[in-house]
Amino acid sequence: MCTTCGCGTEKHHHHDDHDHHHDHGHDHDHVHEHEHEHGPGQVHTHSHNHEHGHGHPHATPEPAANKTVSVETDILAKNNRLARENRNLFFRKGIFVLNMVSSPGSGKTTILERTLRDLKGRLRFAVIEGDQQTDNDAVRIAATGVPVKQVNTGAGCHLDAHMVGHAVENFDLDALDVLLIENVGNLVCPASFDLGENHKVVVLSVTEGEDKPLKYPAMFHNADVMLLNKVDLLPHVDFDADKCKDMARRVNPDILIFDVSSKTGEGMEAWYQWLTSRIRER
Amino acid sequence: MHELSITQGVVDICRHAAEGRRVVSVTLLIGELSGVVPEAVEFCFEACTRETPLEGAQLIIEQVPARGLCKDCSAEFHPRAYYSACPGCGGHNVTVLSGEELRVKEMEVE
Repeated sequence: MCTTCGCGTEKHHHHDDHDHHHDHGHDHDHVHEHEHEHGPGQVHTHSHNHEHGHGHPHATPEPAANKTVSVETDILAKNNRLARENRNLFFRKGIFVLNMVSSPGSGKTTILERTLRDLKGRLRFAVIEGDQQTDNDAVRIAATGVPVKQVNTGAGCHLDAHMVGHAVENFDLDALDVLLIENVGNLVCPASFDLGENHKVVVLSVTEGEDKPLKYPAMFHNADVMLLNKVDLLPHVDFDADKCKDMARRVNPDILIFDVSSKTGEGMEAWYQWLTSRIRER
Repeated sequence: MHELSITQGVVDICRHAAEGRRVVSVTLLIGELSGVVPEAVEFCFEACTRETPLEGAQLIIEQVPARGLCKDCSAEFHPRAYYSACPGCGGHNVTVLSGEELRVKEMEVE
């Protein structure tokens, strides 16, 4: 949404909107909105609004009555349309995209740093860093030698498809295999906003509550992969990993779970294998 | 507080559909599992509608109850959350049939 960056470039996103207006002797208003997108992640949205007020001329004008207009539009339709445009772009360029989500402090940036250092010889990466303020995380990622773009959301609690669409303008998309998007640390809001990614990856660390999948079910429901991070600390904390995974599977029976430690490297190989195999399958 | 972005989305949709007319009331459908808190939308509505054709409009929120279908035993039930087990077989292999709605249903214009 342009309320965030105020770039005024929304126009090019709206080429598939059509409005038709017809006025006849008697009152007809027609509002038609059609969206057609064809390609991967194909979605059709059609909304038709028809108002028919049949007023007849009278000697004394009647006081104007309010009209009910049927709108029937998804509130997230605009974000979802921009996300589809991102997804189509990434598909055309052959880029595999992950949206990394978690609460603050779970170790997303450390996981990214380690993944980039270990895999950058085999795959060409770029990273988008989402935070309310500072470019601290982008500085850490830049130290790995991988191209990075920091997006500051200010008061915003999540990245949206519009921000991502602009952030990738900073990269040479023809020279990329993988785009990793680190979302704002927040287990609630980013769940609702599709960015055009292939998968949401939720990170949960063993220093947090093991019942977070139940407390924040939408995020775990929408994620395809869960990284249980900081497992090197398990002997020192009261965290029942099996119970946590059981709760995650109650919310999402298909979720794929990897135990990892971004500090010691434990379990990271399985995560890398999943990442590289998913890229090959595309 | 993603309800601020959500409410801004509502205002954009209504302004477009109102075609310059003043909006008297707006009706939203918010699903029980949508992750959006109706009270938070109400809170944001006044701020987001200021100096727009929606200023002063009444906000009507219709909450849509969740319906789930168990993929294992085909029972249809009311899941209170994504982790609710099927009351028929106790499984968690559930398809959400409704309750994720986030729509502008209709509005009244002058």
